[in-house]
Amino acid sequence: MNYKLLLKINGKLLMLEAAFMLLPVITALIYRESSGLSFLPVIALLLIIGIPLSRLNPRRTEMYAREGLAIVATSWILMSLAGALPFYISREIPVFIDAFFETASGFTTTGASILDDVETLSHSMLFWRSFTHWVGGMGVLVFILAIAPLAGSYTVNLMRAESPGPQVEKVTPKIGSTAKLLYLIYAFLTLLQFVLMCAGGMPVFDSLLTAFGTAGTGGFGVKNSSIADYSTYIQSVITVFMLLYGVNFSIYYMILLKKIKPVFKNEELRFYLGIVAVAIILITANVANRFETLYEAFHHSAFQVAAIISTTGFTTVNFNDWPSFSKSILVLLMLFGASAGSTGGGMKISRILIMLKFIGIEAVRLIHPRKVNTISIDGHKVEYEMLKNIFLYFLCYAGLLALSVLIISLDGYSFTTNVTATISALSNIGPYVDAINDAWNFSSFSLISKLVLTIDMIFGRLEILPVLILFVPDTWRRK
Amino acid sequence: MNIIIVGCGKVGGTIAQQLASENHDIVIVDNDSERLHQVGDMLDVMCVHGNGGSATVLEEAGAKTCDLLIAVTLSDELNLLTCLIAKKLGAANTIARVRNPIYSDGISLIKDDLGLSMIINPELAAASEISRTLRFPSAIKVETFAKSRVEVINFRITPGNILCGVKIENLKSTIKSDIFICAIQRGNDVFIPNGSTELMPNDVISFLASPASAHEFFKKIGASSHKIRDMIIIGGGRLTYYLTKMLLQVGIRVKIIEENLKRCEELSELLPDAMIIHGDGTDNELLHEEGIEEADAVATLTGLDEQNVIMSLYAAQNSPNAKIFTKIKHFDFDDMLKSMDIGSVIYPKYITADHIIKYVRVMQNSIGSNVETLHHIIDDKVEVLEFRIREQSDMLSVPIEQLKIRSGVLIACINRGGKGFIPGGKDTIEMGDTVIIVTTNKGLYDIENILSLKPAHADSV
Repeated sequence: MNYKLLLKINGKLLMLEAAFMLLPVITALIYRESSGLSFLPVIALLLIIGIPLSRLNPRRTEMYAREGLAIVATSWILMSLAGALPFYISREIPVFIDAFFETASGFTTTGASILDDVETLSHSMLFWRSFTHWVGGMGVLVFILAIAPLAGSYTVNLMRAESPGPQVEKVTPKIGSTAKLLYLIYAFLTLLQFVLMCAGGMPVFDSLLTAFGTAGTGGFGVKNSSIADYSTYIQSVITVFMLLYGVNFSIYYMILLKKIKPVFKNEELRFYLGIVAVAIILITANVANRFETLYEAFHHSAFQVAAIISTTGFTTVNFNDWPSFSKSILVLLMLFGASAGSTGGGMKISRILIMLKFIGIEAVRLIHPRKVNTISIDGHKVEYEMLKNIFLYFLCYAGLLALSVLIISLDGYSFTTNVTATISALSNIGPYVDAINDAWNFSSFSLISKLVLTIDMIFGRLEILPVLILFVPDTWRRK
Repeated sequence: MNIIIVGCGKVGGTIAQQLASENHDIVIVDNDSERLHQVGDMLDVMCVHGNGGSATVLEEAGAKTCDLLIAVTLSDELNLLTCLIAKKLGAANTIARVRNPIYSDGISLIKDDLGLSMIINPELAAASEISRTLRFPSAIKVETFAKSRVEVINFRITPGNILCGVKIENLKSTIKSDIFICAIQRGNDVFIPNGSTELMPNDVISFLASPASAHEFFKKIGASSHKIRDMIIIGGGRLTYYLTKMLLQVGIRVKIIEENLKRCEELSELLPDAMIIHGDGTDNELLHEEGIEEADAVATLTGLDEQNVIMSLYAAQNSPNAKIFTKIKHFDFDDMLKSMDIGSVIYPKYITADHIIKYVRVMQNSIGSNVETLHHIIDDKVEVLEFRIREQSDMLSVPIEQLKIRSGVLIACINRGGKGFIPGGKDTIEMGDTVIIVTTNKGLYDIENILSLKPAHADSV
């Protein structure tokens, strides 16, 4: 392990986080809140640690797979710990584990909360909570790559570890410009949503925070009722944008380049939209009798499907009252998650698609054992290495799920609660089925369960393997 | 610039690495996905998997809008086809590697029809490098400017040479030859000397001179400037063929030792004036029988690097005065090879990459500028640029001593009417001249950038 390189990049990250914390301080100034003061010692602390670390001069700057994975994993844990400090110092979240859960939930864009009453938080804390979604959605190391190109070769390993999906796609030859472009598209969509919601009469502060929450596919709301109290227009805008953020961002780049044909032919996009359409139709039919009009049923099913598949996790109605069939569909969508290369979590549509194709091919091979076949996506062959990683990921996901459910079950809640809460954390969604209070509220779990779920969220956001290598002793050995 | 490199073998990889480090946008295309990902992980480039001969693959790589496509796959035919398709798709410039000697004469006929900007033949390029260096056996490397009227020569000052301890301003009076020292490498340092700089043993100096003055210079400093008359080449590959052809033209007797009888017969048919010996170059009896002690130059050009190194060491031991060349195809241990007594090391992959990179730099510089050629001397730290004066400017017809020239810039040579001269303070730059500038400042794109008033990249800051 190249410790100096690891520390240097973590140092840069802390400095960046300190810079980000200036935004809630500004918010506090605008609303004349004293809670803004609790950010200042944290900013000072981050700078005191971050500046000397970022000045380190590692002898070798190659970012091999080991360094890339370890840097991403450690930085996400560090970032969540540091981000939790303001909540804790201001006593707005008095238990540190709770604050850590809340911040990790923010950065990993889960949107699960331990707060019983969100509306008592000060504006600056609310802002920080939602802003972590925006940063975590596209990835904070991708942000570093976008603003300051790192020296040394193999930097693609950083992006690979942080970007969701079975493989990282560069849309431009240079990693720095790819990162910049992704953030530009991301910022543009955020701004567009913000403007559209403001136009619909939503307060500016709520619009901004909801836009952050949607962009990162996070799901922290400003109100206890999540999105339920806003107008149908605003809910519709959020539905559309949630679906948009669940799409691979390279699709938007292709649209920018006016390459429309490959967009329509993109298999993952078609599969994603197909799943969304089928899920909406089935749930609408299933819940139609619970709403006054068919349109209303459609509106709320569409919102919930979009919120779950994009792994955002906003709610307009309490879907715990819905029939079992609808809830089962939602749980299935929780596992699927959004597209690769989007800001969403979950297993990713492309992984599901490849696994389904694999099942299809192997089923035929049972009858024709000598049949030679290749799995391909968009006309490109899926290499054995990638297939292997997908199965490895799937196995780890299943193993982690089982282990977490086992620990959480100590709290004594129902099996459905335990399983869906864990899936919700692993897939970075937020709400869970058969909830004890509100759909996204985790406050009644014990501290141990909260810690396990926090770790699950970080595992889920980084797609397990980077965090897993932290537990391999060989990672930490000097070369 | 947007550059596509088709084929990421040794040469492709070297070019990609160089160009990526110079901040170009690189897309590499290769059929071998493992190799592709290996290079793609290491460098900041985009990878496209597929055959370069396919229009779909090239389109995916962005051939429609690229500034340059470089085809360096193993197959000449595929390289030509790739370039042709890319050109039709809309690539601005294409470079193909073509190695087979059979194609070499026909290719110039169809170069324009295929829309090729440049054809690179690594063996031919390596052969010309060897033959250029042979003219000055003491030199390490020789580069030419101004249509071969001016040369930049790298030369190591051996301890005990009369140049040791001489100040640059006294150089003319000491050795009375018309050379211009433009850069000195001392240890790991590279700098442009001034009049009071003293030359030290083991300095590598780069100097600029006409071929005649260079010849005279080597004679005066007593470096072994005796003409090469006999040369032994071990290994009979394509490089040997091109080199022998060049050497025979200037009257050097060439002996080729080749193991494969069939290849010997082919060579004797192609090169009737050379002496072809069928035998094993690692057999020292044979080497002595063929007179390795008396040869003026020995080149080990077989396909096996380790064999070449060993044979060169042996040749250096047995004929200490001979000029030795060693071809290295695969080894990446440059630092180690530098310390070994194996003469000038010839790396066909670097030579190919160098040619292409020079082309790219000139191409980049020529967007809105007047750079004719560009060389990097000594570890890329010093650039030698050749400008052509095409436009009227305030600085023309003004004596050079009155121009405010930036630090780190030297006007090394002015070529006017087919003659090159080293300018003094009273000389002027005129319309139609080509001017050679030596500089440590990178990114000059016009002759006016040498003035301190107009910094280069003023528009891009």
